Amino acid sequence: MNIIVCIKQVPETTEVKINPETNTLIREGVPAVVNPFDENAIEAALKIKEKHGGKVTVITMGPPQAAEALKTAIAMGADDVVLVSDRAFAGSDTWATSYTLAQTIKKLGDYQLILCGKQAIDGDTAQVGPGIAEWLKIPQVTFAVKVEIDGTKVKVERMLEEVNEVVEAPLPAVITVVKQINEPRMPSLRGMMKAKKAEVKTMKAADIGADKKNLGLDGSPTQVVKIFTPPPKGGGEILSGDPAENVAKLIGKIKERKII
Amino acid sequence: MSIRVIADKCTGCTLCVKACPFAAITMQPREGTPKKLAVIDLDKCTLCGACVSSCKFDAIEIKAEKESSQDLSHFKGVWVFAEQREGKIQPVAYELLGEGRKLAEELKTDLSAVLCGGEDIEEEVTHLFAYGADKVYLMHHDELKDYKSLPYTRAIAELITKYKPEIFLLGATTMGRDLAARLAIRVGAGLTADCTGLSIDPEKKILQQTRPAFGGNIMATIISPNNRPQMATVRPKVFRKPDKQEGKKGELIKFSPIISPEDLAVKLIEIIKDESIKVNLAEAEIIISGGRGIGEAKNFKLIEDLARELGGAVGASRATVDAGWISAHHQVGQTGKTVAPKLYIACGISGKIQHLVGMQSSDTIVAINKDPDAPIFKVATYGIVGDLFEYVPMLTNKLKEIRG
Amino acid sequence: MVMLDYRLNEEEQMIRDLARKISEEKIKPVREELDEKEEFPWDLMKAFAEADLCGLYIPEEYGGMGQKVLNFCLATEEISRVCGGVGVTFAASALGTAPILIFGTDEQKKKYLPDIASGKKLAAFGLTEANAGSDAGGIETTAVKDGDHYIVNGTKQWITNGGEAETYTLVAMTDKKKGSRGASAFIVEKGTPGFTFGKKEKKMGIRCSATRELVFQDCKIHKSQMLGREGMGFIVAMKTLDMTRPGIGAQAVGIAQGALDEALKYARERVQFGKPIVSFQAIQHMLADMATPLEAARALVYSTARLIDSGSKDYTLPASMAKLFASDTAMKVTTDAVQILAGYGYMREYPVEKMMRDAKITQIYEGTNQIQRNQIALNLIKLAAKKK
Repeated sequence: MNIIVCIKQVPETTEVKINPETNTLIREGVPAVVNPFDENAIEAALKIKEKHGGKVTVITMGPPQAAEALKTAIAMGADDVVLVSDRAFAGSDTWATSYTLAQTIKKLGDYQLILCGKQAIDGDTAQVGPGIAEWLKIPQVTFAVKVEIDGTKVKVERMLEEVNEVVEAPLPAVITVVKQINEPRMPSLRGMMKAKKAEVKTMKAADIGADKKNLGLDGSPTQVVKIFTPPPKGGGEILSGDPAENVAKLIGKIKERKII
Repeated sequence: MSIRVIADKCTGCTLCVKACPFAAITMQPREGTPKKLAVIDLDKCTLCGACVSSCKFDAIEIKAEKESSQDLSHFKGVWVFAEQREGKIQPVAYELLGEGRKLAEELKTDLSAVLCGGEDIEEEVTHLFAYGADKVYLMHHDELKDYKSLPYTRAIAELITKYKPEIFLLGATTMGRDLAARLAIRVGAGLTADCTGLSIDPEKKILQQTRPAFGGNIMATIISPNNRPQMATVRPKVFRKPDKQEGKKGELIKFSPIISPEDLAVKLIEIIKDESIKVNLAEAEIIISGGRGIGEAKNFKLIEDLARELGGAVGASRATVDAGWISAHHQVGQTGKTVAPKLYIACGISGKIQHLVGMQSSDTIVAINKDPDAPIFKVATYGIVGDLFEYVPMLTNKLKEIRG
Repeated sequence: MVMLDYRLNEEEQMIRDLARKISEEKIKPVREELDEKEEFPWDLMKAFAEADLCGLYIPEEYGGMGQKVLNFCLATEEISRVCGGVGVTFAASALGTAPILIFGTDEQKKKYLPDIASGKKLAAFGLTEANAGSDAGGIETTAVKDGDHYIVNGTKQWITNGGEAETYTLVAMTDKKKGSRGASAFIVEKGTPGFTFGKKEKKMGIRCSATRELVFQDCKIHKSQMLGREGMGFIVAMKTLDMTRPGIGAQAVGIAQGALDEALKYARERVQFGKPIVSFQAIQHMLADMATPLEAARALVYSTARLIDSGSKDYTLPASMAKLFASDTAMKVTTDAVQILAGYGYMREYPVEKMMRDAKITQIYEGTNQIQRNQIALNLIKLAAKKK
């Protein structure tokens, strides 16, 4: 069972701070991490490999420093990693990103399953996984909380708003996973040593046979025209007084705001 | 595509250096002035645009080389995906019709709804007209009764190819997000996820889509100038449901999509209902959430009682879900659900950033926590430093009293 | 927070960082509960196993990561920094394995070491008895030769990992008449008929660690399970304890560091009389008097570990000093930490009172600090005599 996991290196968005003077994001010094949902995807792949045998290849599209994210994957136990990096990819939206990754996957060939995290915590779109499935013309199953391989099929439990849904899809397929699917393993010492020594293979646009018209900023249907920080949330009010007073006051405020 | 620093405008203030998440900008000395120049390392730059917005002197610009060569004027109409589950149209569809109407007026075009389903779905059509649709495209087919990615993508793609809408809006629900992402690639559309604001650029007559990124720490405005339709998903409860005008009529267009056998590759095996969910979190106007302060599973009853009294849903912090006190369907936060109800009451929740990113856009936030230094108080509209075991039942009882 | 940079190499840094990551992410959230419920940390041992941290002192040929006492100390320190109980569970397994490492035949090593290195099994060391603590020579457990076997009778007391470990190294009297040459060491497996466990002790600290009696009633052990030759028992014990003393030193240093971190954090946040208390000289001096011996203890532990790793056989004296100084320092630092946190420090909701309870045992086991002082003095005298 050959599995390809698509991951993204993202800034630790929970540590991003706002510069109080300029009201802009201070992004320097914010550590880069493997997108948390992608760690779940790597863990899911490793678990499947442990049960069914095969190989786990982890790929990422990003600038050169994204190689660090791949090293984390090696430390967790990935067999092979590939960095797809080229200046031509800069400015990619989810169309271009999913295309680029799909081309890479086509080039690598020989896969039965593709796993992705549900979404990246910087872009928050959740679009790349299904996009890859469409480019490869294979089925997709999103929001997976349980994945079971059954021969040439995969049984997936999806976490929807009010219910869970169990579907069965033929392989190959793309599955995007949610955090609740597993607890990603810690890197092992042997893994970390392997990662330290590892040379990350890099593929460029020419290596993946990409059509320029789908790459980078020019290949992206969507464009960002403005980035701004939302106005800081106004300071709230701490209700002081004895409990009975506070309760009455609170209900009053809620009524005022026409919530009930 | 290119990014460049306009040397004349650059004052060497280094704001861009601090804003770049990829450490791609350095300050270099230059001739003729003590002010350093920002220099961008193109190998590290991903054209994310953070520096452009941070520069107070407009000294950095990103130019896309392509100009629109296609004539897109034959794409007309604002469409809304009428999401249905178990034969009932979901409220988010009506909310989108409300917003869609505004967009359609500005573009002086029609507002349409796209409805897929099994045989009985036609009954729902009147609601779509009543909430403002001028037209309804109806597709019924056995394979469209319940949502599945491939048949729905196929059907709607065919419809889009035939009728060419300029804008297509879907709810950012699990269904909407699953569908939109694949559909956009199928029809060659630009797709923006989780929009919190939509408007029409008065000059270019294109859709401006505003959405949060970086866990809600920044907002981005996005356009798809050269691709049609312009697709966007919108979270439930972001827009208001418009007033219903019963009896309003419209044009019904039936379309028979051709579903091919490959589209049926994925089979639905079973649906597992979570008994504890009484209200869908994403749709809830009021959410009461419990955190670590709850102490144990059975204490969620206090939260449930208050929720019932307010007609709201029960939410939970990750800590309580990890501890097994409540199911993951209730989890609010970075790795759970993102909600923006009218009222969010956080009980015994400290307010770790991973939780805040899931609820900080709520209209009114009330926090009850013993710890006066809990970060939740920074985002709370009203804060109570106190014991939730005292306040929550008190609130519930007072509300019961008021209701008589 | 690095006060003194020991110029650790890449591998050593990796081990420290990995142990720290696991401790922060996996141990911290559960340490209070483990202490309260006195629950054995199996899940955490499993996490260490999966991270390849269980074989840091076991040679590669037997499945370990290489025999490096310093690496082992680094991991023990990081774990103990978050929880002394988990730290001792980790370290005591090494104590039980050391006799096999030092005195085992190739066959014995091949049989027992791989499972311990992989974390599949834990080990424990059985020397102490009700009537033989500091006076180890007074052990009464007997191992009487009977053909190809030895029949063991007696009870070992207060054995860390007792009942949870699979592999036990035991010291018993084979010939009382021979005095200090009358004991022998054996490897015994859990489940051997005649080998059972007594009650689990309720302790002041390190409560998640399992401390039990080992009960031997006509337990038959094959002679191939003997470590070294008959009569070497006390030598096995002494050499074992020498080698593992730096580990206990590391545990103590870890506990002390955890306490110092908490005290520093609290002092910076707690405001009294309009200022954070860290701005008061009384607190500052306390912190300085905590940090300095802590660093000195660490330096002593690391130096001793490095000495052992360099192949030296001459480390008894520094090992004693490291254990003595580190444990006394841990007791002082944790007590001062409670004092700095004052009222909050006394409350179970805050971690320092547990650290103080955990620290105490480090002054007692693996040779009480009084015995350590004896040893150190005797060694000094020997050294001085040699110079002539």
